[in-house]
Amino acid sequence: MSNSKDSVSRTVIVALVLCVVCSVIVSAAAVMLRGKQQENAVNEKKMNILAAAGIEVVNGDLETAFATITPKLVDMRTGEFSTDEDVMSYNMRKAAKDPSKARALTREQDIASIRKQSLYSTVYLVEGEQGIERIILPIHGYGLWSTLYGFIALESDLNTVAGLGFYEHAETPGLGGEIDNPKWKALWPGKKVYADDSYTPAIGLIKGKAAASDLYKVDGLAGATLTSNGVTNLVKFWLGENGFAPFLSKLKAGEA
Amino acid sequence: MSKTREILLGPIFTNNPIALQILGVCSALAVTSSLNVTIVMCIALTVVTAFSNFFIALIRNQVPSSIRIIVQMIIIASLVIVVDQVLKAYAYEVSKQLSVFVGLIITNCIVMGRAEAFAMQNPPIPSFFDGIGNGLGYSIVLLFVATVRELTGSGSLFGFEILPLVTNGGWYYSNGLMLLPPSAFFVIGGFIWLLRNAKIDQVEPAEYKIASHTK
Repeated sequence: MSNSKDSVSRTVIVALVLCVVCSVIVSAAAVMLRGKQQENAVNEKKMNILAAAGIEVVNGDLETAFATITPKLVDMRTGEFSTDEDVMSYNMRKAAKDPSKARALTREQDIASIRKQSLYSTVYLVEGEQGIERIILPIHGYGLWSTLYGFIALESDLNTVAGLGFYEHAETPGLGGEIDNPKWKALWPGKKVYADDSYTPAIGLIKGKAAASDLYKVDGLAGATLTSNGVTNLVKFWLGENGFAPFLSKLKAGEA
Repeated sequence: MSKTREILLGPIFTNNPIALQILGVCSALAVTSSLNVTIVMCIALTVVTAFSNFFIALIRNQVPSSIRIIVQMIIIASLVIVVDQVLKAYAYEVSKQLSVFVGLIITNCIVMGRAEAFAMQNPPIPSFFDGIGNGLGYSIVLLFVATVRELTGSGSLFGFEILPLVTNGGWYYSNGLMLLPPSAFFVIGGFIWLLRNAKIDQVEPAEYKIASHTK
């Protein structure tokens, strides 16, 4: 061992050079692969919209399957369809961060802990011969560790759940992460959101197993009380008065 | 040539990192409930171990000993991030299932252990093979554990049904315990027992002998 190798200046130089080389490699990999990763994320989002709507993808042909779906913007203040923004380029997440395109929620309103809500939301209509067959609504809210992003699909009566799925979260694998479990997701279709035309969501998760006859309750996730509470809160928020309830009531009355 | 062979194949059975050195058990518990995920994890770990060994051996004579662990960590961490990014781009589904465990390769004792024990004293090429060898040693245990766990826990291999489950109208009651991480302890224990039956020299001498109660 020579002394020069262990000298202070040598140590600093080696550390600096190594850090620069490694950071260049890491950032190069991140930049070069970003396009592909974003494409995956977009495809996955489409897959999730389709899965929430219960549409089969034939031979991995996403574009054909997605053709039956029309994205539309909803103004969250009035609950009506809007064309103020371009629906294809509108990004709810970006808009929620921009004070001019979002509204702050008060503590009482903000049961899903999202703090700011974008003024417009992108909803997806599955249109058939008899008009709207299904409607897919974006939902998000805080679980235990992370914000859960997902979709809930409603049948044409705008009250029966057709499906629910989350496409992005960082909950504990094996516990809260079980929100991705197909068996748990299969519990949602057929449940009702609103009782007696009240437009206050009655749907939610309960601890343990929900009775099969109970139309408003879904099994909670074992060992994941906080994630379960988060899912209940975000569903109640997005289907409640600050969420899509005004839109759904207007849509039902044919005024949206 | 025979030395390369020994470096490459030695860690598979004679000096297995998990079975003999009991290193890297954490991820062996976490990612072995299905074979698909396990294989990707094995490839990722083998690649990281091989290349971290290679790069560390390449600069081993330049690294001041006071910061050598940090240097090893930086190289390993950079490689793991690159692997994670590649998986996110080309194996999106699997990378979602592996979630944090790709990132946790950084803390896998096998990678650090080989860097410190082998790559710091040996030239790059043998170090590279040592990394591949230890990755294979890790892989063989993980594949064994994953085969047992997926078959008994979900009645399938690679997602294809082998034992028809009762819930799907078959006869096999799936063993839910095998899908939970602790079950991997039993399977790894079984693997070590089998291995030490075949290679008796791996059995450690008893540290003490139980004396009889009475004369």
